[in-house]
Amino acid sequence: MTQVPALRLSKIVKSYGQLTVMHGVDLEISEGEFVVFVGPSGCGKSTLLRLIAGLDDPSSGEIEVAGKRVNGIPASERGLSMVFQSYALYPHMTVRANLSFGLENMRMDRAEIARRVNHAATLLQIDPLMDRRPGQLSGGQRQRVAIGRAIVREPKIFLFDEPLSNLDAELRVQMRVEISALHAELGNTMIYVTHDQVEAMTMADRIVVLRAGRIEQVGRPLDLYNHPANRFVAGFIGAPQMNFLGGVIAAGGGLTLDCGGTKQVRFDEAVPAGARVTVGIRPETIEVSLDGQGELTGTVTGFEQLGSVTYIYTALPNGEKLTMQLAAQVPLTRGQSIGITLPLAHTHVFLDADGRALPMAGGHR
Amino acid sequence: MAGVMRFLTRTAGGQDGRRIGVTDVLAYGYLILGVLLILVPVSWTFLSSVKPREAIEAFDTRLLPLDQIEAEVDGRGLRPLYAWDDPRTEGQPVVKVGPTRALTDVARIDRPEEVLQAPRGELVALEEVRIATENYLDPILQRGGQRNFAFFRYLGNTVFVTVVATLITLLINSMAAFALSKYEFRGRMTFTLLIVATLLIPSTIILVSLFFVVWSMGIFGSLWGVIIPAAATPTGVFLLRQYMLTIPDELLEAARMDAASEWKIYWRIVLPLSLPALSVLAILSVIWRWNDFLWPLIVLISDPTRHTLQIGLTAFSGEFSSSTHYILAMTVVSLIPVTLVFVYLQRFITTGIATTGLK
Repeated sequence: MTQVPALRLSKIVKSYGQLTVMHGVDLEISEGEFVVFVGPSGCGKSTLLRLIAGLDDPSSGEIEVAGKRVNGIPASERGLSMVFQSYALYPHMTVRANLSFGLENMRMDRAEIARRVNHAATLLQIDPLMDRRPGQLSGGQRQRVAIGRAIVREPKIFLFDEPLSNLDAELRVQMRVEISALHAELGNTMIYVTHDQVEAMTMADRIVVLRAGRIEQVGRPLDLYNHPANRFVAGFIGAPQMNFLGGVIAAGGGLTLDCGGTKQVRFDEAVPAGARVTVGIRPETIEVSLDGQGELTGTVTGFEQLGSVTYIYTALPNGEKLTMQLAAQVPLTRGQSIGITLPLAHTHVFLDADGRALPMAGGHR
Repeated sequence: MAGVMRFLTRTAGGQDGRRIGVTDVLAYGYLILGVLLILVPVSWTFLSSVKPREAIEAFDTRLLPLDQIEAEVDGRGLRPLYAWDDPRTEGQPVVKVGPTRALTDVARIDRPEEVLQAPRGELVALEEVRIATENYLDPILQRGGQRNFAFFRYLGNTVFVTVVATLITLLINSMAAFALSKYEFRGRMTFTLLIVATLLIPSTIILVSLFFVVWSMGIFGSLWGVIIPAAATPTGVFLLRQYMLTIPDELLEAARMDAASEWKIYWRIVLPLSLPALSVLAILSVIWRWNDFLWPLIVLISDPTRHTLQIGLTAFSGEFSSSTHYILAMTVVSLIPVTLVFVYLQRFITTGIATTGLK
């Protein structure tokens, strides 16, 4: 990467007293990228965002914005703007005052303030609401105003802290599309924090998966989906969740599944025989045979017919559970036995000892 | 009107529930008790303030301001009238013409020279309802020998003290509360507790030391000597701090991202959002300063031109006699401004709840 990255984090550590919540995070984000930080609650994604914003200071490590070290520089001078989870609109000010407050503080020319505010209002279609107060707006409108407040500052980087979590499902989908469109139009670097992997998958250029203050994996959405680096990422990305089955590495290569059956897989590295592994299979890759023919037999414990897709929940004889996704409508009854075939080509194998994905020989796909 | 009645006759059963349950009886009983506790002394003061001097000095406990009718009697001057149910009076009122005894000498007003003897118990004072406006007008207009009570000067002093002290109180207390609620620093809790703990010390205990402080600052005897010591109140700091704790930190962070200075955050964000608590404190401060007596008395006693209304009222209490009717009337007058302030500010308390707009 010859270009100066929009943001560079090196060895970021954050501790609150005895408690360390970030354990040395390294990350580079290039200009114009849409990066999503995703992870379960408490993974440190919001903390990381606040460190970037300058609302908190890291205990150690460097933060660079556009090649310039910004540690210790106040939030207002970093050239970033942030959309908060609660929107944090000033309740006693009109929408217009909310948008212009930051620009007035920077002693900007009145005409320029008006131009920027009107531009943002048009862009976000909030012009009719300019004289209302936040209390008189719906959730989606407040969301737009909050984004507008970020836009008018024309920041180097936009920071979004779970901005859609207060909206209902329908509005969330709509705003997701709008934020993506906004990114395409403005071309700014955006960093977006969410706990919702669907938002991450749909919006991101690159996803950063965090857990317990560490980066688990960084990559493009489909890379994470197709090549999860470890069991955590595999389980976190994708809905419905990847199926996990227990197994053991067999003596002569290959592995034996706890639910019966063996798989002839070879790895690019030496794996000791007898090592416990977890086999991960995406629900949509499993082959289902309604007449019971297959390498395994499962009992249908439940199913969801959504029209375009069908989810089948089954229990294997050894008690392990398997979810399948079919892109078709199929006749099912609860308690029915169905045949299941696990495709070798779409199987991920994770070492139980450290959760790492074992590299498959031949690099299938 | 119908709305008011519906409001006043609400029951716990809701709109349709006409039944009156135990809750309603208890609730209304409690509310009525509260209303009486507040209202009776005020009403008593008001009703008494329009009674004539004689009625007050005689401890007349009747609600109406009844005044004994007086009439000019030939050769005897203005005398109070009595009714005496006796055939010899022929329905005419009588006046006393001698000292009151078991058999008192009385005379009919149309025949004052003819003295009759009436048993004391049969004489009934003749009374009429009369609003004693002189109770109010004499001190205000300095009539009737009331030269010592400079109403408008006292009012001006009191207003000055109240307004300035309240403004300073609001400013200082809210700044302290902002720091104690929104900044993380070592000893934040200790300071808060220390400030609140001063509530435990009665003001009379620190009177002497406060006197020396004010004296050494050279503001003794001036109105500032009353204003400055009262500016910082533990109640105000605590009240505002607790309220400011409810303002989300995210708002302040948003303002910081918006390049607002800490002063601007305080002035443009925190203060406007604390308006409900500020109104409460303003009401309290106005009432405290308006009704303050002991400390202003100590500081200002030597200079009558700097007296406040409350000190001024003491002019009516002499060593040998008190003009209670003037005290009552002026008390009522001094209640009016505080009441108006309360009526004006109490709206903000309710609207404040509605405008805390964060979801």
